[in-house]
Amino acid sequence: MAGLMSRTSAVVKAWISKLLDRAEDPSVTLDYSYEKQLQMLQNVKRGVADVVTAKKRLELQTSKLETELPKLDDQARKAIAAGREDLARAALERKAFAQQQLQGLDQQVTGLEAQQEKLIANEKRLSAKIEAFRSQKEVIKAQYSAAEAQTRIGEAATGIGEEMADTGLAIQRAQDKTEQMQARAAAVDELVEIGALEDFTTGETSLDRELAQISTQSQVDDELAKLKGELAAGGEKKEIEQ
Amino acid sequence: MIVRLMGEGQFRADDELLGKLHELDDRAQAAADAGDEPELDSVLDEMWRLVQAEGERLPDEDLHPSDVVVPPSDLTLEETQQLFSDQGLIPDPPG
Repeated sequence: MAGLMSRTSAVVKAWISKLLDRAEDPSVTLDYSYEKQLQMLQNVKRGVADVVTAKKRLELQTSKLETELPKLDDQARKAIAAGREDLARAALERKAFAQQQLQGLDQQVTGLEAQQEKLIANEKRLSAKIEAFRSQKEVIKAQYSAAEAQTRIGEAATGIGEEMADTGLAIQRAQDKTEQMQARAAAVDELVEIGALEDFTTGETSLDRELAQISTQSQVDDELAKLKGELAAGGEKKEIEQ
Repeated sequence: MIVRLMGEGQFRADDELLGKLHELDDRAQAAADAGDEPELDSVLDEMWRLVQAEGERLPDEDLHPSDVVVPPSDLTLEETQQLFSDQGLIPDPPG
């Protein structure tokens, strides 16, 4: 029974041969393969930078959401003023849930930070290996026969390919994790935003609709009273004028 | 022998360390087959700790390929299974 280590090695080797198949024959195109490595390093750098940016954005988003939680308090207060304890309870429950989700997100952002540091170390290792390849290829070109050179280059390319597979996986996982966190943050965002009264036209929950109705109702009552008052005042004025 | 901890780098391992690793590796494989994620996680964590403590870290610029690769210890069982499936977990190399 093959263990996990040899199976993982086999997976990595298969990946590398896929990579090398796409490259030109490394023994005759040493410089070309170095150029190719540099290109891939650029992709890796971009990938790492994207993860860093996404993490920053998530931090901003969660802290913004935290400042928006009081909206739900307002909503609860309005509901109580309208004599609707059930709606107030619903708003507070929503707030508690949002808070809990935000705490979870904070922890995940911290986890992402550790992952980010590893990614940067990954990128540094890859960069150091490519640099080593650059100087080795000159030595190999100068000192070895074509056949020997091919073996040595093949080995070096495998060493670099391994680091690329490794870094590629690390970036992929960090990206997946960031996407999951973004989805979670968006769900909390929706919860807080839709919970707010001013969004009642788009809000789908019954809580919003009911609160909106109460709010509309009291606004209509207020305006009616105001109109009645104005009319009454106007009538009195006319009587005086006549 | 050279051992790679995926996401962490390469280490040189002597026979004694390799012997310990292979024992743990059998347990890791059994846990993966049984779908026992907590056991898999704890065995992989142990493998990582062992390599980091007893292995000799290779310099970044070393170009030697590794003899064995230890998967990341924080993969979910699903991800571990995907790593070995046709679908793969490592993104395709750019064309």
